[in-house]
Amino acid sequence: MAFRNYILVCGGTACESSRSKEIYENLKAEAKKQGVEDVVQVVQTGCFGFCEQGPIVKILPEDSFYVKVQPSDAAELIAEHIIKGREVKRLLYDKDKASKHAQVEDIKFYQKQFRIVLRNCGFIDPENINEYIARDGYAALERALFDMTPDDIIAELKTAGLRGRGGAGFPTWMKWNFSKNVESEIKYVVCNADEGDPGAYMDRSTLEGDPHSILEAMTICGKCIGAHKGFIYIRAEYPLAIHRLEVAMKQSRELGLLGHDILGSGFDFDIEIRLGAGAFVCGEETALLQSVMGRRGMPVPRPPFPAVKGLWDQPTVINNVETWANIPVIIHKGGEWFSKIGDADSHGTKVFALTGKICNSGLVEVPMGTTLREIVFDIGGGIAHGKKFKAVQTGGPSGGVITTENLDTPIDFGSLIKIGSMMGSGGMIVMDEDDCMVDVAKFYLNFTVDESCGKCMPCRIGGKTMLGILEKITAGNGTMHDLDQLTEIGETMKKSALCALGQTSPNPVLSTMRFFRDEYLAHIVDKKCPAGKCKKLVTYSIDPAKCKGCTACARRCPVEAISGTIKQPHKIDTSKCIKCGECLKTCKFGAVSVH
Amino acid sequence: MAKITLEELRKLRQKKQDDLQKRDIAGKDCQIIVGMGTCGIAAGAKVVLDAFLKELDAEKIENVAVTQTGCMGLCYVEPTVEVVVPGMPDTIYGRVDADVARKIVKDHIVGKKLITDHIYDRPSVDIMKNGGK
Amino acid sequence: MSIVHVKINGIPVEVEAGTSVLDAAKAAGVKIPTLCHHEDLKATAACGLCIVKMEGSPKIQRACASPVQEGASYITDDPELFKARKTVIELILSTHPAQCLTCIRNQNCELQTLAAEFGIREQPFEPRVKRIPKDESSPAIITDPSKCIKCGRCVEVCQDLEGVYALEYIGRGDNTQMVPACGLNLDQSPCVKCGQCAAHCPVGAIYERDDTEKVRNAIFDPDKVVIAAMAPSVRVAIGEGFGLPEGTVTTGKIYTALRQLGFDKVFDTNFGADLTIMEEGSELVHRLTHNGVLPQLTSCCPAWTDYMEKYYPDMIPNFSTAKSPMQMQGPITKTFWAQKTGTDPAKIVNVAIMPCTAKKFEIGRDDNMSSSGYKDNDIVITSRELIRMIKLKGIDFANLPESEADSPIGEYTGAGTIFGCTGGVMEAALRTAYFEVTGKELANIEVDSVRGLEGVKKATVDINGLKLRVAVVSGLVNVKNVLEEVRQARAEGKEPPYHFIEVMACKGGCISGGGQPYASNTKNRIARSEGLYEDDEHCKIRCSHQNPSIQKLYKEFLGAPLSEKSEELLHTTYQQRPIYK
Repeated sequence: MAFRNYILVCGGTACESSRSKEIYENLKAEAKKQGVEDVVQVVQTGCFGFCEQGPIVKILPEDSFYVKVQPSDAAELIAEHIIKGREVKRLLYDKDKASKHAQVEDIKFYQKQFRIVLRNCGFIDPENINEYIARDGYAALERALFDMTPDDIIAELKTAGLRGRGGAGFPTWMKWNFSKNVESEIKYVVCNADEGDPGAYMDRSTLEGDPHSILEAMTICGKCIGAHKGFIYIRAEYPLAIHRLEVAMKQSRELGLLGHDILGSGFDFDIEIRLGAGAFVCGEETALLQSVMGRRGMPVPRPPFPAVKGLWDQPTVINNVETWANIPVIIHKGGEWFSKIGDADSHGTKVFALTGKICNSGLVEVPMGTTLREIVFDIGGGIAHGKKFKAVQTGGPSGGVITTENLDTPIDFGSLIKIGSMMGSGGMIVMDEDDCMVDVAKFYLNFTVDESCGKCMPCRIGGKTMLGILEKITAGNGTMHDLDQLTEIGETMKKSALCALGQTSPNPVLSTMRFFRDEYLAHIVDKKCPAGKCKKLVTYSIDPAKCKGCTACARRCPVEAISGTIKQPHKIDTSKCIKCGECLKTCKFGAVSVH
Repeated sequence: MAKITLEELRKLRQKKQDDLQKRDIAGKDCQIIVGMGTCGIAAGAKVVLDAFLKELDAEKIENVAVTQTGCMGLCYVEPTVEVVVPGMPDTIYGRVDADVARKIVKDHIVGKKLITDHIYDRPSVDIMKNGGK
Repeated sequence: MSIVHVKINGIPVEVEAGTSVLDAAKAAGVKIPTLCHHEDLKATAACGLCIVKMEGSPKIQRACASPVQEGASYITDDPELFKARKTVIELILSTHPAQCLTCIRNQNCELQTLAAEFGIREQPFEPRVKRIPKDESSPAIITDPSKCIKCGRCVEVCQDLEGVYALEYIGRGDNTQMVPACGLNLDQSPCVKCGQCAAHCPVGAIYERDDTEKVRNAIFDPDKVVIAAMAPSVRVAIGEGFGLPEGTVTTGKIYTALRQLGFDKVFDTNFGADLTIMEEGSELVHRLTHNGVLPQLTSCCPAWTDYMEKYYPDMIPNFSTAKSPMQMQGPITKTFWAQKTGTDPAKIVNVAIMPCTAKKFEIGRDDNMSSSGYKDNDIVITSRELIRMIKLKGIDFANLPESEADSPIGEYTGAGTIFGCTGGVMEAALRTAYFEVTGKELANIEVDSVRGLEGVKKATVDINGLKLRVAVVSGLVNVKNVLEEVRQARAEGKEPPYHFIEVMACKGGCISGGGQPYASNTKNRIARSEGLYEDDEHCKIRCSHQNPSIQKLYKEFLGAPLSEKSEELLHTTYQQRPIYK
């Protein structure tokens, strides 16, 4: 027999510290005391994410949302809400809402996320087309095929103000319009699913969770510009997403929503999947198109732009997965609706892959204009293990770091560029006091140097040279002149590299140099790594006061760098030490330390 | 399946929406939806899925449909599972492993009781349900 | 074509729509620095040196790949652009071996010139030169990957201009190399030795095999009779190495220089060209009148022959069995001339001076190239090598008196000399074929319809009622258009679309061969072609069959074209060869 009511007590760490455990126990006791323990079940849950108004208590099925609850409120909650069926108004979140059942959905600030791109992820079985259809799937396609002209579609996108979500932020309506206006029998539609930024998985989750949204969007574009063939270029490292797409395409074709004479409209459109082969640079649109045509994935100069002359010299619209995922919603709910979300610079939402030293890592989708502070601390739950926030890196290997002083920057295309970073495709990596910013810069540069296609000289040679300098610095051999050289080469690459990979790969270096110059100076002048990350700059030593001479560390040491007689304090020979950390792990007496 | 016309698509959509309202999934009234995105699978969702099937089989429970879904956005507490039982609130559980799965079957599905300490909430409104504002 | 008005550094200039900023600047007399750019190739925009700004826009664009915009005002030089360009050059130099003094391109290198023009006085970046072994597997071309600056020109040439695909971008990022696929060396690759990669390389990363030492050794050997013979194209190119205007004909001076270098005899391969016309022209007439396989394809270009054997072996029956002028001259020298003068052919060293790197490969192609009983030609040196030899000897070339070649293998007609231009072999053959078929001389021997630098030229020539359909191809990538037509007609059982096709591997013909002084641009090709056509006009005799030395050769030795002796010495066979060894 089910219960009539359920009381959910938020059990996140913040609420814990405000005595949510006590509230939970009190509610259970009161329920028993007031004789309703068979009517209401009291459970403790995970964090609801509304920590500043905690402790939170939610009562179902009315969805009543109580905030700042005290243990002493337990009796009243049971007596009033459960037994008498009356909400305790003074504890409700939105006191102005006098309605009996305050809908949680109306609370904007509790749930800071607004999932448009991810609207179906977690709601449908991606391998069942009927579930997609049930949630208004393919309704946008109906409109596009039967009720709208190509110009109407462009107008709707223009009203929406959708800008490309792959990183460049180019107005989508404009790109489609260019292709639409070229007179050609053959045109193409391409989906860029070659998501390569380390730590970014927004596109992967969208394709795994809602593949039909992409298929529908591409078909709508085909109708708009006059194309009958689409390609989804997806990296081979996403086998599950590829599988889900293949299943979706099969089901779509069976129902006649893809292929010949869609829905009896007379319009043909079909899609082919092309796999990437392990090249980050193939996420750059011109290199991607070269790869689709079977050539080496190297960027080519623009103009001509793909919208005018792309695949096989035909007009080609190429957009990122996230951009595509927005299209059906815009066509179905209207551009006007979309334009109201976000801020003046950027409409709609953006999906971020919030990872790194954060409590609640995962995919978050927020309206443009949400601040970084809200994302990191409210949605993300702050830094894990009680450490201090140091920086957040946006835009992957093309982006820069954002420090505490800029945490209140609203997230939109323009604002991030002003502070030396960029939106990028949505990677957002949080760093704490244990992260060395020089090491972070080196990591990203290592990535871009490895992934550079090698065609243009500024990126191929400049990137490797910068990396060599960073390696010198993290090994303790840096000079002040090296910092000047890093700036010089970085600025040159920004101006003279052929594609966005080369032009933006100096960003992590230049940005960390701008905001964390003191760390660079520590590495160069003091030959020290403040965060303790750079192996060559840390020294391991044994405190003779704490050392018991048990010889455990000496026996563990793989290079026999520790010497000492039994029961006597031991010593580490730093010239032999390889900083593997085994002695630190082994010592039971805390005698080994790292600086 | 034959190719459908516009009218047939609309009828299909209406029927599926009605089914959802009635909580009727292939004739069963309960549903366990396991998050099977790569984040979930990496955290062990396949093990959880198997545990559910095994447990439902062992207890000879026939009216539960076990299906999959994509990433719910609670990546930090994967594996996640949504449990739909008539008369109870739709509940999302996180940090589910084989033991929790068995508990869900015993306590939530059979015993109609929520499992404490594992409940999480969706991070956003459902814009397809309300039209969103 | 619409006209666009722009300003370059304030200088107004009008150009056709679609012109690049780089070319517009050139028209305005402003030079924008480039390195990877080449007139023959589509702009790859790799080096980043040609960056320019447009007034009113913060964007920096590459001049080579940006078409001009109406009304725009471009800035090609300012402190920011200069600093970026200088840093890029310094970066390139940091990965390039500092071996200018011992490099084959010393004083003739585009990177060296660039560094000099930019006033680079120091190398601020840590040198990072990769030590990669040279590839000396090919008889004709050597690659030195450690000097490669990855401009990409060689790959673009080999793929887009020649369609050979011997070179490709292999590896990624800092490990990129321009080498054959699958780790094979050049000799194992499809390379046809045309040398266009070497002709387009801005630095000393790809170059001709240098055989000058072999030549000097032979000359200084008192036992040897060393004979020089130069190709048609050489005479309009050597002058360029000594400051003379492009395309100046310096035949007489070259003869003098060769004698001063110590050659025992100085012949001229133009004679061999006339001989080729006799044989090949007769072969064509024979095919035309005896239901032979048509079209006939010319066979004097060894890169084309190699390409055909690899990629179009079905055309072997169509290939003229006549050898190239050089390979006809060789055996005639070691048989006819040796016998006539009582010289021991074992002591003869035939040195051919060619515009072509593939000729170094041709002399050892197969046993057909030793039809005289000895190696028909012993050494091939390119025009570039001859220039070096002349300089080494200290000869003041520009002021040399003229002299004549030695008889009887030195006289040539105008038809022989125009072999060097694309369409020249065709024109020379037509002049003689007309006579052979009609018994009369061709009224207008300058056949304009086959002259010019286009990649494919088609014409119909009236030979006394017979409409002879001809095609002329230069640049191997253009071969497929014409041969696909032939294949299709063959498959459909129709008459062949052409009777006679001339193919030259190098764009513009041999004048722009892989071994010629570095130029490879339209202006130079026009100048050198005009030089040869002028040489033709100045010749007293302009048709091969009228060459008295040729007539004597047949009378005294060969008998007639296509005779048994001719077949033995002057004709060859072909076989299918694998694309990759």
